[in-house]
Amino acid sequence: MTEHFLIVWQQRADVLSGLLDTLGLLAVAALASLLLGALLAPALMSKRPAIAHIAVLYVDAMRCAPFLLFVYLIYFGLPSAGIRLSNWWAGAIALILYNTAYMAELLRGAWAGLPAPMIEAARAYGFHGFGLVRRIILPQVFTVALPMIGNQLVQIVKDSAFLTVIAVGELTHQMNGIQATYFIPFAAFITAVLLYWAICLVIEGGSGLLSRFAEERRA
Amino acid sequence: MNAFDYWSIAQGALETVLLSVASIVLGVPLGLGLALIRWARVPYLNRIVLAYVSLIRSCPAVTLTLLIFFALPQFGISLDPTPAAILALTISTAAFNCEIWRAALINFPRDQYDAALAFAMPRSLRFRRIVLPQLWRASLPGLVNEMTLQIKSTPAVAVIGIVEITRAALRVGARTYDPLPPFVFALVLYGLIVFVLIRAQRVIERRQPVEARA
Repeated sequence: MTEHFLIVWQQRADVLSGLLDTLGLLAVAALASLLLGALLAPALMSKRPAIAHIAVLYVDAMRCAPFLLFVYLIYFGLPSAGIRLSNWWAGAIALILYNTAYMAELLRGAWAGLPAPMIEAARAYGFHGFGLVRRIILPQVFTVALPMIGNQLVQIVKDSAFLTVIAVGELTHQMNGIQATYFIPFAAFITAVLLYWAICLVIEGGSGLLSRFAEERRA
Repeated sequence: MNAFDYWSIAQGALETVLLSVASIVLGVPLGLGLALIRWARVPYLNRIVLAYVSLIRSCPAVTLTLLIFFALPQFGISLDPTPAAILALTISTAAFNCEIWRAALINFPRDQYDAALAFAMPRSLRFRRIVLPQLWRASLPGLVNEMTLQIKSTPAVAVIGIVEITRAALRVGARTYDPLPPFVFALVLYGLIVFVLIRAQRVIERRQPVEARA
């Protein structure tokens, strides 16, 4: 068994490229879906029923669909619509669009939970429109939503493993390649599982640290 | 898409339901067992369960399925795709269910437990008649939520060749060169399964005695 792990170590260049690919997908998907989610969240709470309906429909549709199905939809559907993308970008876009719905929903939840007097006070001090959202609402929404955003990042990492089906060279895909070449399934996949664990522990630690930092600044 | 295509995707739905039900039936009690180990702070086992839950919760379903299907034969255990898929799904759902049961156990009112103790109820009776009914009620929404997530993660087992909804839809799309209709039909089927599950939860909640709902 030890020699199997040695083979994995000899293939560390491939393992590292898979790991970096997964981290790249995570970074792109996390930033984009947070940004788009922050834009979609006000639409979910819009007073105009048409906008709210469309936003809710999108979020609910995403929450009903399994991620793999959505990946196939993007991967096979976009070329039919005349848009040709590399596998990596097709996967990244699937991750972004799928997680945007979840991010929007959890930001909406945090937003709805904000104490109304705070916002009324801000209005009394002359904050309004975009300035109110940027200076008063968003910082608090992000503080409240931080642990849930951390959970969603873990979900993005887990979803990214699905992209092996459209041959994105992420961690699971690389490990499956090594496994198939040297026939060392246990060593290869255990390494993958442990690396995923490490990524998620870092995410959890990071979100905990940020939460504490935000608490201290507010105090 | 002809009638046979619809039929083949519907058969995939049967496979999805079968795998989900099997893993839920195994995973819910297993999760309860793990939660009880954590709750009772059984030495050593407690730590192992903690590590298990943390590891599995961050492990992608695809990777876990591949690990079980390809690595177990190395240890002389060869599983067919279906049992391997059920095993992978059970292992993953048990970890999430453990956390749901544990949250309910932590919130269980201590005084009720003490009252049962004062009535000299033996341990098993205390658990069966006092703790479990209330635990079940408190955990049901969380458990059903996890079940819907579980159904959405079943396509992961398609990587070891199981033809469930998503893979069946993919096959139809590959045959007709028109992938959108089968995927939309698949989406409708997933929606239907989740809807039935949520309705079942409502029915179970309504069947509970009135005083328990308050």
